[in-house]
Amino acid sequence: MYITVKNLSVGYEGEVVVGNINFTVNKGDYLCIVGENGSGKTTLMKTLLGLRKPMSGEIIMGDDLKRNEIGYLPQQTVVQKDFPASVREIVMSGFQGRCGLRPFYKKEEKEEALMNMERMGIKDLADKCYRDLSGGQQQRVLLARALCATRKVLLLDEPVSGLDPKVTVEMYQLIKELNNEGVTIIMISHDMEAASKYASHILHIGDKLFFGSRKGDEEAWINFLHI
Amino acid sequence: MDKLFTYLALPMVQYALIVGVLIALCSSLLGVTLVLKRFSFIGDGLSHVAFGAVAIASVINLTNKMVLVLPITIISAILLLWTGQNKKIKGDAAIAMISVGALAFGYLLINQFGTSANLSGDVCSTLFGSTSIITLKSSEVWLCLILSIIVIIIFILFYNKIFAVTFDENFARATGTRASAYNLLIAVIIAVIIVLAMNLVGSLLISALVIFPALSAMRIFKNFKQVTISSCIISVVCAFLGIIISIIAGTPVGSTIVVADVVGFLICSAVGMILKR
Ligand SMILES: Nc1ncnc2c1ncn2[C@@H]1O[C@H](COP(=O)(O)OP(=O)(O)O)[C@@H](O)[C@H]1O
Ligand SMILES: [Mg+2]
Repeated sequence: MYITVKNLSVGYEGEVVVGNINFTVNKGDYLCIVGENGSGKTTLMKTLLGLRKPMSGEIIMGDDLKRNEIGYLPQQTVVQKDFPASVREIVMSGFQGRCGLRPFYKKEEKEEALMNMERMGIKDLADKCYRDLSGGQQQRVLLARALCATRKVLLLDEPVSGLDPKVTVEMYQLIKELNNEGVTIIMISHDMEAASKYASHILHIGDKLFFGSRKGDEEAWINFLHI
Repeated sequence: MDKLFTYLALPMVQYALIVGVLIALCSSLLGVTLVLKRFSFIGDGLSHVAFGAVAIASVINLTNKMVLVLPITIISAILLLWTGQNKKIKGDAAIAMISVGALAFGYLLINQFGTSANLSGDVCSTLFGSTSIITLKSSEVWLCLILSIIVIIIFILFYNKIFAVTFDENFARATGTRASAYNLLIAVIIAVIIVLAMNLVGSLLISALVIFPALSAMRIFKNFKQVTISSCIISVVCAFLGIIISIIAGTPVGSTIVVADVVGFLICSAVGMILKR
C-alpha cells in the first residue's frame, strides 16, 4: 500500500472544503480524482503533497514511499508563464529534491534528464525557452521534470486543461504509457470519459463521495459511471 | 580626459571603482528572482528600512554605519518574509507600513538630533547616494568587498536551488527541497545587497540598480543562466560607465549609474525587438 487516506478533511484556515475522504493507492494504480470545479481536488492534492496540513484524519505512506518521492505536475501558475528558463533548466530542477545541500548536478543526473526529455518527446526542444512552447509541449516539460523527481508516484493536476483535443489524447496516452511502465498515477480531471477509459480507480469528491476500482465491485463502478 | 586620468590615479577613486563594480555585480544577481517573485516589494521596503537605520547610525555617530545598518536590515527582511507568509496581516500592507514608517522615522531622527551642519545635504546623499561612494571609510570599503564576495560565492553555490525555488516553489517543496530555508536565504542575501547598494546609489535608487539589469537581460536572453550572466555584465558596465561619467562631468554617482542602467534597458529593448523579427 503506497498511500492510505483515512477520514481526511482538507481545507483552508479552519474551513473544511471537503471531508470524510477515504481511499488507498497501491503501486501501479491509476487513480482519477474527479469532481466539480471548486470541490477541493487541488486542495486535496496539495495536502497529499504535504504543502498543506490535513484539517483532520491521516495520510499514511507505506511500502517504503518517502514524502519526496512524489512527483507533481501543478496547475500552471502566472509566474511560470514569463519566466526566462530553458527546457533543460526546468527538467533538471526536478532533481533538486534529492540534491540536499549538494550545489551542482551530477553527470548521471544530466544524462537521466536527457533520457526523460527523450521519453517525453521534447529532446530537440532542450535549449528552447519554456515560455515560447505550446501548451502541450509545456506540459511535457513539466512531466519530464516530475519524472526526474521520482519514478514512483506522479500527482497530476488537470494535465490537459487548455490543450486542444488532439494534444489532449496524446497527453493521456503518454500518461497511460508511464503507468504501464509501473509509475503510479494520481490524476485530477473533470473529464469523466477519460477517467472511465484510463483509470484503474476513481475517487469522486464533492456532494457525493465515491471511491471504487475497475476490478472491485463491478456494479458500483458501472452505476457510478452511468449517472 | 586629463582630468579623468588624474582622478584615476587617486587611490580613493580606484577603491570607488572596484567597490562600485563589485556592488553592481552583486545587486544584479538576484534581479530575476526579485522581478518574478513578490520579493520585489520586500526589496523596496527594505531600502527604506535601511534609510531609517542609517539615520540612527549617523545620530549616534557611528564611524562604520554598516555595522548597525546591516543587522537591522537583515532582521527586517526576515520579519517581512515571515509576515508575508502569515496570511492574516496582508504582506504588501505590512511592507508599505514598515517602509513608509522607517522613512519618516529616519528623517525625524536626522532632523531633530543630527549633528551635521549640512542637514539637507546629508539626507539627500543618504537618499540618492550623491558622493558617498568616494567618501566611504576604508573600513567600509573592506566590509563592502568582503560582503560582495560572500554574496557572489553563496549565489553560485545555491544557484540551482534559487532557480528551483523561484521557478516553482510548490514543486520544489513537494519534492523535498527545503523551500522555506532557501526563501530565508534569498531574503537575507537581498538585505545584504540592499545595504551594499545603498553605498553606491543611495536608498531610493536601489530598486533600479537591482531590477534594471535583470529586466534588460530578459529582453534579449531566454534562459536563466544567460539572463543571470548577462544581467551581471550589463550591471557592471553601467556602473563602471556611470562612475567614470560622474567623475568627468561632476554629476552625482548614484543617479548617473541609474541613468546608465535606464539607457542600457532601452538599448536591450530595441535589440530584443529587432531579434524578434
Ligand atoms: N488559498 C486558498 N485560501 C482559501 N480558500 C481557497 C484557497 N484556494 C482555494 N480555496 C477554496 O477552496 C475550494 C476548493 O478549491 P480547489 O481545491 O482549488 O478546487 P478544485 O481544484 O476542485 O477546482 C474553493 O471553494 C476555493 O474557493
Ligand atoms: Mg484545481
